[in-house]
Amino acid sequence: MIERYENVIIDIVCSVMVPLIQLFALYVVVHGHYGPGGGFQGGVLFAVSIILLRLCLGKEASHKKFPPKLAAALAASGMLVYMLTGLAPMAAGGAFLDYGHLPIPGVSGAELRFLGITIVEWSIAFSVCGTMVLLFDVLAEGMR
Amino acid sequence: MIWQIDFWLLVVLIIAALLALEVRDLLAAVAVLSAYSFLAALLFAQLGAIDVSFVEATLGAGVSGVLFVLALFCTRRRYEK
Amino acid sequence: MRWLAVPVMALFLALMLYATTGLPLRGEPQAPANAHVSPYYIEKTIEETGTPNIVTSVLADYRGYDTLGETTVILAAGLACLLILRRGKGL
Repeated sequence: MIERYENVIIDIVCSVMVPLIQLFALYVVVHGHYGPGGGFQGGVLFAVSIILLRLCLGKEASHKKFPPKLAAALAASGMLVYMLTGLAPMAAGGAFLDYGHLPIPGVSGAELRFLGITIVEWSIAFSVCGTMVLLFDVLAEGMR
Repeated sequence: MIWQIDFWLLVVLIIAALLALEVRDLLAAVAVLSAYSFLAALLFAQLGAIDVSFVEATLGAGVSGVLFVLALFCTRRRYEK
Repeated sequence: MRWLAVPVMALFLALMLYATTGLPLRGEPQAPANAHVSPYYIEKTIEETGTPNIVTSVLADYRGYDTLGETTVILAAGLACLLILRRGKGL
């Protein structure tokens, strides 16, 4: 069971570090098109910030900020969005995961595939982040 | 690419791997395993595979260490024959 | 049996070191790994997907099915952990 340990150093360091890690995670996901990074790494970084929150705030307060059910929902819905992104081009006459045939009006060609990559990266980020927080929660609940 | 950096990273990597196998205190073994992952990440970055290095540094050195420590608290800390 | 481990490991190490002499140099353009589909990705990535980072376009677009399986494996691992450790007690 994770419990809160009263210490002003831990509180201040965590309150400074957690927003910075979350901002860096969002930057990594968004910047995946132009540099190293992407959905997987950004999702893991966001999950690390949530785990740090769990460790320094204790169970009750951090479950109020990020409930475990939200983690499971994020993991499943990210996977669902990925699957739907793969299936949508099939409805429009393309192949599975062929982003060139996504049924989005107004864009076509390379921009459509750019958009498909963006959707897929975000869904991977949500799925991985949810799964990592879920693993941590399950292992911490099993502790006694 | 500088071969001295590669060479010494590989030497410390092998030492860390052997140490993680040999050490009796399991918490210390987890710490050495995290160091091993970080050295592997440095080697990947040295080879030019920045994305793989990023995954190794976040997952191998960060999350897996935390999960190992959590799993360790469910059992005993020392390895007994 | 413990004395047998060291010569076996030494033999294996020598075999692996001998095998590495047959590998091509890293980044050599004539190597088989760099000759088939890599030039296509390097030339057509910007034109076809509009993404400057080739790694991202290969991971998410050209080899998207691979990434789908990878994400499924991670999600399945998390769900199996939940089902085994909580045994139906919920979160």
